[in-house]
Amino acid sequence: MIPFLFFVAAGAALAGALGVVLARNPVHSALFLVMTLISVAVLFLLQDAELVAAVQVIVYASAIVVLFLFVIMLLGVDREESLQDRIPYQRPAAIALGVILAAELFFLAGHEWATGQKTASGVPIQGGGFGGNVERVARVLFTDFLWAFEITAVLLVIAVVGAVVLARRSGQRAEAIDEVDDESQGVSA
Amino acid sequence: MTLAAFEITSTYYLVLAAMIFTIGSVGVLTRRNVLVMFMCVELMLNAVNLSFVAFARALDDITGQVIVFFVLVVAAAEVAVGLAIIVAIFRRRRHATADDLQALKG
Repeated sequence: MIPFLFFVAAGAALAGALGVVLARNPVHSALFLVMTLISVAVLFLLQDAELVAAVQVIVYASAIVVLFLFVIMLLGVDREESLQDRIPYQRPAAIALGVILAAELFFLAGHEWATGQKTASGVPIQGGGFGGNVERVARVLFTDFLWAFEITAVLLVIAVVGAVVLARRSGQRAEAIDEVDDESQGVSA
Repeated sequence: MTLAAFEITSTYYLVLAAMIFTIGSVGVLTRRNVLVMFMCVELMLNAVNLSFVAFARALDDITGQVIVFFVLVVAAAEVAVGLAIIVAIFRRRRHATADDLQALKG
């Protein structure tokens, strides 16, 4: 059952990832992204990471993708992009670099000196002490990583303030800045 | 049944993560819609999360799962600020392709 689930979820994740890149419409890309994210959540579940899987569905597949869709709808960018590249060799060069990157990563993934000594597979994680997955994650998060956890709160506050400052339109002052920018663009053009 | 005896080791997860990461990076390099480029960055972050969880299981260390939380938080912050920047750009001009954004070009 586990191998079956793995291959189904892995195939869905790969198909979704390809769909994100290949879809012409950004809305379709966002929906393919949901497919990949939920498949990755299934893969987390298969590896005894229940809490991470739940957070993946709640935060990533709902909140972040809804934010993406909201911006797509708000801006009305759901039209197709032109296929002309400013650099003519950009697309083949990107694919060639991707093949090289994939070869390097496949090489590293199969070697023990890169991935570390394996424990017996099929055994649930024992590290982090007793209790279920949530308790073990919480214990490490609130002891060893407490400082990083607090810094995370500061980061989120900065992100919220930055998003509000960037996205707001504050009446006349913003318009004045826009006009100045338009004038300077007209001069440069 | 042969499939039941088949064992999924962490190498399978790492190879899958490598494939998703590669697809995401090629997407960032080839697509020109800024929003889709952002989604490809999310793909790459997810591939890294997948390999973190695979290592957490393979090395019997819960820290890998804790790191995934920090990656999630940083990704959320990055998406919030990045989409705000895109909205601010769209107010000024009606295009979202990366080639049009060259206001800083000397």
